Amino acid sequence: MSDAADFTIDDQRVLRLSGEWTLARLGEVPRRIEALDTPPARIDLSDVPRIDTVGAWLVHRLSRDSGAAIDGTNADAAQLIDQVAKADQATTVRAEHVSPTTRILSQVGLATVTAGQTLVGLVGFFGAILISFWSVVRHPRRFRGNAVTRQFEVVGVDALGIIGLMSFLIGIVIAQQGAVQLRQFGAEVFTINLIGRITLRELGVLMTAIMVAGRSGSAFAAQIGSMKLAEEVDAMRTIGIAPMEALVLPRVIATVVLMPLLGFYASLVAIVGGGILCWISLDIPPATYIQRMREVVPMTDLWVGLVKAPVFGAIIAMAGCFQGMQVQGNAEEVGLRTTAAVVQAIFLVIVLDAFFAVFFSSIGWI
Amino acid sequence: MAGEDDIAIRVEGLKNAFGDQVVHENLDLEVRRGEIIGVVGGSGTGKSVLMRSIIGLQRPEAGEVTVFGVPMTGESLHTPEAEAIRRRWGVLFQNGALFSTLTVAENVEVPLREYYPALDQELLDEIAGYKIVMSGLPVDAGPKFPSELSGGMRKRAGLARALALDPELLFLDEPTAGLDPIGAAAFDELLHDLSRTLGLTVFLITHDLDTLYAICDRVAVLADRRVIAVGTIPELLALDHPWIQEYFNGPRGRNAAQSAERAGTGRD
Repeated sequence: MSDAADFTIDDQRVLRLSGEWTLARLGEVPRRIEALDTPPARIDLSDVPRIDTVGAWLVHRLSRDSGAAIDGTNADAAQLIDQVAKADQATTVRAEHVSPTTRILSQVGLATVTAGQTLVGLVGFFGAILISFWSVVRHPRRFRGNAVTRQFEVVGVDALGIIGLMSFLIGIVIAQQGAVQLRQFGAEVFTINLIGRITLRELGVLMTAIMVAGRSGSAFAAQIGSMKLAEEVDAMRTIGIAPMEALVLPRVIATVVLMPLLGFYASLVAIVGGGILCWISLDIPPATYIQRMREVVPMTDLWVGLVKAPVFGAIIAMAGCFQGMQVQGNAEEVGLRTTAAVVQAIFLVIVLDAFFAVFFSSIGWI
Repeated sequence: MAGEDDIAIRVEGLKNAFGDQVVHENLDLEVRRGEIIGVVGGSGTGKSVLMRSIIGLQRPEAGEVTVFGVPMTGESLHTPEAEAIRRRWGVLFQNGALFSTLTVAENVEVPLREYYPALDQELLDEIAGYKIVMSGLPVDAGPKFPSELSGGMRKRAGLARALALDPELLFLDEPTAGLDPIGAAAFDELLHDLSRTLGLTVFLITHDLDTLYAICDRVAVLADRRVIAVGTIPELLALDHPWIQEYFNGPRGRNAAQSAERAGTGRD
């Protein structure tokens, strides 16, 4: 290996370069050039066996800034320096610096506008779903039974395992926590009230909605989003298939129909889980548990859960499909939209759940 | 036969297979220093796989790859010598493979930062600036994100990144695919100029007959799981292989030949 890049400057302000002026061999040379006290009058390259564009750039920059003449170049070096000189234009490399205040303000503004647009878009999307639903009702032959059945399987049947396990564990947790607290008043038996009412009214459906949003809402956004990227959605339109009917409607129908079923199933499994814990740790036998459950849980609790479930399902499917349809540009967008679909779905579900709670208590279903 | 010092890449007895499907078997290839070699072959003949085995992204089942005399396969994949060789090449993937979260300038700076952390930001920005201009991008392309660029500009940005470390060896996977003819011709010219001024050895996979005629010194033909012929286009035309004849003497091949002749330049 020959020498690393180096230079010396003499009394006549002649800068003599030596060694290989290549990126790998530059070392501290760029910093030392910056630190030169006197600008050189002449740059002598006759001792430089090899030079690459970075070396040529340093030489060019020095000669540009100091007006020094360049000497002793061989043909290759001369050509390289010439080449980088040609490429030396007023480029912008970094985006203009924006003050933090402006940036924060513009981000807040942008987020507000985006939120508003999303809301309007979701309402519009809901309308479009209703229109295509109505047109399918009027032309039942356009109903895509196979697609709906397929979504039944993906959204419902495939989710039974995970939702069952989750609900079972939640039932156990509620029973255990409730028993610990109620024991302080000697009221362990009210654990049964707690389990029955909270799972049927709230947790069964709510936890199922969260699970379905994470499992299926995200999948909807990702599937439809990647179909949009691959121009499949556009291809459908040109063939005359309405993407609303072929892609969105089956998913919405499947989720709306399945959410009550899944929510009911989740509540039952949670009650079973709670019952097992009551049996083991509170010595309440299953027969008593069921008997007591029938006495303390009013029928309206079941209706509360079942009324909410299809609405939640519609929101989850809509958020997923809406975000999927918004994808354009690149694959990164699919990821962002998928996240947005899940976040929006869960957020809207919880907001609506609060409204439902107020509503049901005002009509006396308490 | 060229001397050992004149060989940039040597591939010997390469075998690649995916499950039962054998892509290469007993493939030999020599790329000379300073030449632009075009690699052609029908779809599925493993042009990209060959490139990936040379640059170490695909582990071959058998065979040797040496780059600048350093073995690059098997056990030698992670030796310091092989690592040093890796700094001496640049790769342009088919769609540019730009990092989507970074701007064009930051993309160009990635290899520089990785290998030369001592460089200060100002010099990095200057280097990125002139590389961007050299690659034929407009002067304001630096702060843009890859998603804001057209296909042709993405390829140029990819080229700027491939050239970041001042490589001696450049791998290009279908650089002109998907470009309009004007953009493709401009890209050809750019490659030709850069390889001459920077003294690059270029390994160029292409389907573009115009590119072959315009800038390639030699062409390697992949068929029957190996390189069946390497040579200048006239040398290849003299061969009696059906695929080669079909390829260069088909309607598109003849058109490309004629336009190269009309341009009066051909390879110089």
